[in-house]
Amino acid sequence: MNALLQRVQGNRNALGLLFMVPAAVVLLLFLTYPLGLGVWLGFTDTKVGRGGEWIGLENYVYLWDDSVTRLSVFNTFFYTIVASIFKFILGLWLALLLNKHLPFKAFIRAIVLLPWIVPTALSAIAFWWIYDAQFSIISWSLGRLGLIDEYINFLGDPWLARFSTIAANIWRGVPFVAICLLAGLQTISPSFYEAASIDGATPWQQFRYVTLPLLTPIIAVVMTFSVLFTFTDFQLIYVLTRGGPLNATHLMATLSFQRAIPGGALGEGAALAVAMVPFLLAAIMFSYFGLQRRAWQQGASDK
Amino acid sequence: MSAKAINAKEGAVDSAGMNYLVSLPRKVVTVYVPLAVFLIVLLFPFYWMVITTFKPNEELLTREGNPFWVVNPTLAHINKLLFETSYPEWIWNTMLVAVVSTFISITCSLFAAYAIERLRFSGSRYVGMSVFLAYLVPPSILFIPLAQVVFQLGIFDTRLALILTYPTFLIPFCTWLLMGYFRSIPYELEECALIDGASRWQILVKIILPLAVPGLISAGIFAFTLSWNEFIYALTFISSSEVKTVPVGVVTELVEGDVYHWGSLMAGALLGSLPVAILYSFFVEYYVSGMTGAVKE
Repeated sequence: MNALLQRVQGNRNALGLLFMVPAAVVLLLFLTYPLGLGVWLGFTDTKVGRGGEWIGLENYVYLWDDSVTRLSVFNTFFYTIVASIFKFILGLWLALLLNKHLPFKAFIRAIVLLPWIVPTALSAIAFWWIYDAQFSIISWSLGRLGLIDEYINFLGDPWLARFSTIAANIWRGVPFVAICLLAGLQTISPSFYEAASIDGATPWQQFRYVTLPLLTPIIAVVMTFSVLFTFTDFQLIYVLTRGGPLNATHLMATLSFQRAIPGGALGEGAALAVAMVPFLLAAIMFSYFGLQRRAWQQGASDK
Repeated sequence: MSAKAINAKEGAVDSAGMNYLVSLPRKVVTVYVPLAVFLIVLLFPFYWMVITTFKPNEELLTREGNPFWVVNPTLAHINKLLFETSYPEWIWNTMLVAVVSTFISITCSLFAAYAIERLRFSGSRYVGMSVFLAYLVPPSILFIPLAQVVFQLGIFDTRLALILTYPTFLIPFCTWLLMGYFRSIPYELEECALIDGASRWQILVKIILPLAVPGLISAGIFAFTLSWNEFIYALTFISSSEVKTVPVGVVTELVEGDVYHWGSLMAGALLGSLPVAILYSFFVEYYVSGMTGAVKE
């Protein structure tokens, strides 16, 4: 027994596999297997409490013709694209501001990240109250300023609800983007800026030709993550609108929950969830190959 | 990695370098005003949570007066939350689930990261890649089949369901974070120990583990926060009130019919956010390094 232990310790392959066992067991049982099961469920008519039969592409055909599904796909893209653009612009702006020489810099940086740290479901409740149809603080303030006559029904009108949920998502996402980009900004040597200003570059030119190119790799990674999180977002919509009004804010994730858990159509819900995968893969590939090209341009060796 | 860190340090020292070129009024307009707006918008919902928590219902449900302040603060909402709902139980459940699943995940990740990064067994590169891919799998495409798995295992509607499923997103994250951390520990230390006759196990326990403590703290507090904030699994796998977690309990149980008890809802949101906010305030640097470390590379 002892000799066996010695042999295992000496052999890095055996020891490596042994060390991988705990993580591998958990991930294979609760990640890989469900992933496969999800794909299979998508091809069956499984309901809650009843095993399903193989029905081929029927779920996908049905979803393709389903107007609510189509609306949710549109919503998901609209939500992701608009929120990501704003998160990028505002996040980059905030990162640039935080990179300046400021009093209480560490403290400011710490409180900026708060929206990202607290549970989304709970901050979404705060937004729900802020967006309340009768006692919204935004409506109250705008009313006092004389800008509006009646209270805005933020979550009651389809387009208003879309923008309100997007605003809440941006609020939560900006700190993440800003702090990550700030970490990237801090690795840029100040001598580049000195050289640029000696050459007479304006602040805009410094940003455009020094900051942006050097920041591109980290922007690509951060925005990929941001897009992935936004595309698969669930909590915010579930808490704020549950997909309403008139399914105007249903994302693919919330719709698949709606169909699968309260609705009981597990197969259909799974098919809808699986339908998100190609888009996610596209986003990952886009960033992966974009990054490789960047690394190669900057003279990194082939790994 | 180390070169980057040195660069960052120099940057911090030098960043005041060309500041004398910027006049104060200009700085007020281009830096302080936008920053103040950012801070106000980012912090307002928290202010609003606090104010609403202490507001009596008469002040909440009126359009008169100044809503930004509270005239007669009350503890009625917190009182109701703590003594008339299952809120304390939800806090306890969330704490239990978060601590146990964090502990499991850190243990698994420590071994996995060491094996991938340091033992370099054959195929370790592909395993490392698949860990990263696992990290990118979002819970919102996994919850339906996972619900079936949980049901088949007979642990539906128990805390165990959450303790066992949270590691699916914690282990990939922690492993990835610790892999990056191990990379910054010099090989020479291990080589010296090997020459001195230490076994792999001794190296891990006596050399790597003490050096990896900051990385472990980063991974630990991050994992705790992620499990505290988790929503969709807890919403799907739990149906009894007494085993719910805070985010799910507040969202599903405190809303009764059409009457929203905003005071206790906000109190629930506030108290549920406090533990992570306090933890965060103690470990800000670890959070930031954990977050940026996971995104880099």
